Amino acid sequence: MNGLRLLVTLVGLVLLWQAIVWLSGVPAFILPGPLLVAAALLDRWDLLLEQAAITAAEILGGMVLGVALGMASGAALVQFAPARRWLLPLLIASQAVPVFAIAPLLVLWLGYGMASKIAMATLVIFFPVAIAFYDGLRRADPAWLDLARTMDASNGAMLWQIRLPAALPALASGVRVAAAVAPIGAVVGEWVGASAGLGYLMTLSLARGQTALAFAALLVLSALGLALYFAADRILRGLVPWQAESVAADD
Amino acid sequence: MSSTPSIHAVSLRQARLVYDGVTLFDGLDLSLPQGRTTCLLGPSGVGKTSLLRLIAGLAAPEPPTQIAAHGAVAYMAQHDLLLPWLDVLENTVLGYRLRTKFPGAGDIEEKRRHAATLLTQLGLGHALHQRPATLSGGMRQRVALARTLLEDRPLILMDEPFSQLDAITRLELQDLAGRWLAGRTVLLITHDPLEALRLGHRILVMAGRPATLGQPIEPAGDTPRDPTDPAVLALQAELIARLRSAHSLTPGGRP
Repeated sequence: MNGLRLLVTLVGLVLLWQAIVWLSGVPAFILPGPLLVAAALLDRWDLLLEQAAITAAEILGGMVLGVALGMASGAALVQFAPARRWLLPLLIASQAVPVFAIAPLLVLWLGYGMASKIAMATLVIFFPVAIAFYDGLRRADPAWLDLARTMDASNGAMLWQIRLPAALPALASGVRVAAAVAPIGAVVGEWVGASAGLGYLMTLSLARGQTALAFAALLVLSALGLALYFAADRILRGLVPWQAESVAADD
Repeated sequence: MSSTPSIHAVSLRQARLVYDGVTLFDGLDLSLPQGRTTCLLGPSGVGKTSLLRLIAGLAAPEPPTQIAAHGAVAYMAQHDLLLPWLDVLENTVLGYRLRTKFPGAGDIEEKRRHAATLLTQLGLGHALHQRPATLSGGMRQRVALARTLLEDRPLILMDEPFSQLDAITRLELQDLAGRWLAGRTVLLITHDPLEALRLGHRILVMAGRPATLGQPIEPAGDTPRDPTDPAVLALQAELIARLRSAHSLTPGGRP
């Protein structure tokens, strides 16, 4: 039933796309029709797959680093009062700097390879994860902590056994947001300066008038983003099985 | 039934607490006799929970407060405070989990066996590996009781532990608690006069601002007492009369 609904939506969108191409009569190098894009997809699938693998590696590298750094900062903020006083304002102020504006600098410092793209993705992911985790850790029920205190729990035990599991649902929200924005970081990095990846392929084929190939790269990128989001969602649900859902998942 | 035994598990002298510029109590003395259940009643906001937190070590005492307590406490609150990510058995051994450095240590395995036996005796043998969300309010509070008993501390502090339950479940839990708490030193805060009369060896009403403790009521007979016993019902009338005057004595006191 769900699959059918998705199929109907997709077919509808493709038909609408084709209708726009027919009715407006724009040339294919401005807006290629779905058939041309499908042809490019079939024709150049090996190239697309190769570039997708590079972009996927950049996104995953950014996810791992960004989530790890975000969690570490969130935990430090909760555990150490000086970290809260010094790091938190800095963290919030850092968000005033548009990440896209730093991209050229990162390419300058880290080169045209994967490192600068991973750094971009890490920067984009870091903040939502750090803030969500910090909020979750902070909002552990004080009554649970009181109970733990009467049980002579150490600070470390309270962090690991009470604050951390209590923060997992909030962390999961942060990671979901991160999974949705991670591809942006990687692709912006590729636009600014790269020799590989789907973003690079897009800029290159657009410059050469191969608009259909750019669209094919965009489709692959979207599929990659969706796969990343749903994989993250699946893993996160497994991590917090006790969290009741008030809205049925398939609604 | 003898009155106050000479040994006091806890004694609090000259207790003083100022909260937000309001003196909740000043120069308050409270002793908890060893092996007995002391019930504390009084209007909301009179400072019962603050007093309990002071004894639990959760609040810093203000000078000249002196607390002489023998060892640590086990604490049972109004809400069961079960951790939703742990099953019933693991929630029951929570204290040992928090104090142990290695999750697989031999000591905690023994406690798990202990806990399983205790939970079975409390009628939860079938639910050892269920998460709290799948349990009814009464079952959850029974798990909290098991967790409190397993802590095996010399003093048990209970803050309205059964107030969230329906009347019949509450009577049931009072029976269980009365039987299992026999011989332990307990301080029980409650709003329910009947609960105090069923479980308490010594019942105190806290009233006024700054608050004082009235003369204790010491019902006869073993706990848990029969809620339909005429002697209990007669004392209930007296206790309600005292609570009424306590409410009129305490500014902002709510029933």
